[in-house]
Amino acid sequence: MKFFISIILTALICFASALYLPWWSIAPMSFLVAVLIPQRPGKAFLSGFLALFLLWGGLSFWISYQNEHLLAHKMSMLILKMDNPYLLILVTALIGGLVAALAALSGSYLRKTK
Amino acid sequence: MRIVPFLLATAITTGLVITLNTRLPLAGSEAPAFGKFLSPQHGFWQNAESANYDFTTDLKFPQLKGKVSVYLDERLVPHIFADQENDAYFVQGYLHARFRLWQMELQTYAAAGRVSEIIGEKGLTHDREFRRLGMVYAAEIALKETEKDPVLLAECDAYTAGINAFIDGLTESSLPVEYKLIGHKPEHWSNIKTSLFLKYMSYDLASHDDDFELTNAKSYFSADDFTKLFPAVQDSLDPIIPKGTVFEKQKVFPVAPIAVDSIYFNSKALVVSENEKADRENGSNNWAVSGKKTKSGSPILCNDPHLALNLPSLWYELQISAPGFNAYGVSFPGAPGVIIGYNDSCAFGFTNGGRDVRDYYEIKFNNDKRAQYWFNGAWQNTRFRVDTIKIKGKPDFIDSVAYVLLGNDWCPVMYDKSFGGGRATGDKNYAVRWKANDPSNELKIFNMLNHAKNYADYSAAVTNLHTPGQNCVFACKTGDIAIRTQGEWPAKWKGQGDFIMPGTDTSYLWQGMIPQDEVPFQYNPERGFVSSANQKPVDETYPYYIGRDYPPYRGQLINRRLNTMNNISPQDMMQLQTDNYDLFAETAMPLFLKNMKESELDANQKKYYDLLRNWNLRDDVGSKGATIFEVLWSNFADTVYGDEYAKAPKVIMRPFESTLVEALLKDSAYSFLDNINTPQKETLADEVTAAFKKSSAHLQQLEKDGKLDWEKFKATRIAHLAKLAPFSRMNLAAPGGTHTINATRSDHGPSWRMVISLTAQTEAYGVYPGGQSGNPGSKYCDNFVDQWVAGKYYSLWMMTKSESSDQRVKWKMNFDH
Repeated sequence: MKFFISIILTALICFASALYLPWWSIAPMSFLVAVLIPQRPGKAFLSGFLALFLLWGGLSFWISYQNEHLLAHKMSMLILKMDNPYLLILVTALIGGLVAALAALSGSYLRKTK
Repeated sequence: MRIVPFLLATAITTGLVITLNTRLPLAGSEAPAFGKFLSPQHGFWQNAESANYDFTTDLKFPQLKGKVSVYLDERLVPHIFADQENDAYFVQGYLHARFRLWQMELQTYAAAGRVSEIIGEKGLTHDREFRRLGMVYAAEIALKETEKDPVLLAECDAYTAGINAFIDGLTESSLPVEYKLIGHKPEHWSNIKTSLFLKYMSYDLASHDDDFELTNAKSYFSADDFTKLFPAVQDSLDPIIPKGTVFEKQKVFPVAPIAVDSIYFNSKALVVSENEKADRENGSNNWAVSGKKTKSGSPILCNDPHLALNLPSLWYELQISAPGFNAYGVSFPGAPGVIIGYNDSCAFGFTNGGRDVRDYYEIKFNNDKRAQYWFNGAWQNTRFRVDTIKIKGKPDFIDSVAYVLLGNDWCPVMYDKSFGGGRATGDKNYAVRWKANDPSNELKIFNMLNHAKNYADYSAAVTNLHTPGQNCVFACKTGDIAIRTQGEWPAKWKGQGDFIMPGTDTSYLWQGMIPQDEVPFQYNPERGFVSSANQKPVDETYPYYIGRDYPPYRGQLINRRLNTMNNISPQDMMQLQTDNYDLFAETAMPLFLKNMKESELDANQKKYYDLLRNWNLRDDVGSKGATIFEVLWSNFADTVYGDEYAKAPKVIMRPFESTLVEALLKDSAYSFLDNINTPQKETLADEVTAAFKKSSAHLQQLEKDGKLDWEKFKATRIAHLAKLAPFSRMNLAAPGGTHTINATRSDHGPSWRMVISLTAQTEAYGVYPGGQSGNPGSKYCDNFVDQWVAGKYYSLWMMTKSESSDQRVKWKMNFDH
């Protein structure tokens, strides 16, 4: 249960904070959730990762879908040197997930007594 | 708390965030900061505009005096209805920035010689070149002229305020994607940027010169050969102002200096030159036919300016309606008003005048400090303009440019010991006298044309145009048609400014300008049409020297067609604008067909020769003959001139295509045909056959690569301004070529095609190769391209306010104070 609440809370808080704060606010926010909802480091890492993987992946997919993937086609050629919008969405999700996962891991170590 | 893992994990997290928030070097350039760039709420995803994006919005700006309603139609063309004229310019500025900010910024940075601020040291040569030509100096002078005119100043102020209103509303996430890619932030607009943009157009249209190249050619070739290679007269010329026209009595009499032959014409001093220049082929077509030649009985005006093709396009289409006027057409993102278009009374368009208004003088300084220069028998004091060029990631570069007073004009010493620009040898100093550095007020023309009601208004408007000089075409609902070869042109003696000139006294300076009443024009001519296509504007009876560098073929063909056309409809005009018939090929082909030694060709060569022989002289899609002709011509010119040019200086003038064709049609024993490296004397037939054999090898390779079809060989592309291939449109199946009326080359061509039939209810058509939005993430960024490639047009809608519920209106933007 804690695991799912962490994921949802992290995703929500990160989404809200990014409306007003720079992109890297996802790190302190994921950290904060991991501090508030203590989990084992492995679980915290995974919940942080999944939260932002889903948030960034979901948002970029939704935006790109509405855009008929027009920009993602061009941008994947530019950045990944191959025409693959879904790969670009995956890369986006992975990067968001990785940052949040590491931040959540840090947070869990702060709370962990043993 | 587990202190060690905590610290370790926190350090890794922080390190990752910092890395993802930093622009890092990648493959020779800089990658965006990936965290910021990929964040769906901050980065490029935010620029992925929904296909169903709703542009409707309500905006409030205290700068406005009244209400402005903007109706965006299905092509995203804004129809601006303002209660106050200057409010319309505010909104125009806002919309230009809303849809084209990045391009406006890039172009004005380029004009101001500030590219290094964005791209670092590799922009420095460009920046120094532009500043030394006097671009910023010229823009400052132009702005002073604008500021003297309260009407224009208010127009510019409103336009600038509109741009800044948009910039101030930008957030990190709403920045155009190009800024996110290169890590740059927009700066505020100011009136000087509008001036800089207009000077950038002057650079594009009126900075071309071959003075260094011709000086080298003159030094290298004998006088006799030089005259043959660079004749002042074209046989095929059909001038804009028809032959036989009687000109105004000459009032300015430029006199060549004493000893001009020995010091100037026959001087063998070499210069070096290898820099980039504005494109010679920056040309265009325009014409107007009178009602007696049209089906409707009303005049039709047509214009298609040929310029470099880019995304975002140079043009932004719009309608501006305010009390006192109502204009539709294309505008420059960077300047207020409609540039080419029509209003409720008349239509107007331009082609480039293309005369040489940029000349060089060799300056003698007292020493390397350049504090004094020798002029009229005494040492004179230099002025310095010190330019601080900011370079991204490097210390500033300080460039001090000497200005010398030549007659009444302070001219920048563009090339000297510190800056050769690939052009000067370094031990010599060349001051540039460029007409665009003189005071003038180009914006006034467009303001007046937008308001023009009749021929008198048009004349009063265009005579304000000094530089870049343009052939201004006009047609009016009253039935009038006109063309004026407008500009403030230096009155030159024959040959003045063709080569680098001595700059040690007044004798070689421009001696005055051609008076405005001696500028040739046509008003309702008997033949029922006026036209221009950058050909030489007048024949040899015109009293002033106007140079030799004009393309003859498009103009000749347009006149040939218009002469025979009657009962013309707008559709006929669209067909003419997109005509792919190649008059140059028509002229040159008989030389090939008559002189080919067919018996010497092998089976493969014969195959290409048959394709050439059966070619219909059209640069159409799928044409193989067009490719064969193009390859053959280039090999033929090389075969004829290659031996003579083999030991020439690296940068030297090559003869124009028309020169070689006309010479051979007159004299099949043209002296350059002989290869000077062989004992025997080559004939025209030898050279034609040799060139064809050489071409066949190249053609075979092209055929293997699947590029024998004309459009594949030519591969027209519309490159993104930042040269990013995925943001560009490559390999378009576009017909046309350099010499066809549809002058679509590989990266250059009709940048806006317009046909306006001035019937009671104006019938207007237009298309440009781009889209209204500059955002590569918008479906409106290039949605006109396919229509343009196919030679099709959009119907242009001069909306009235009562049509606000018309189904073509898709969105509405309300601006209020």
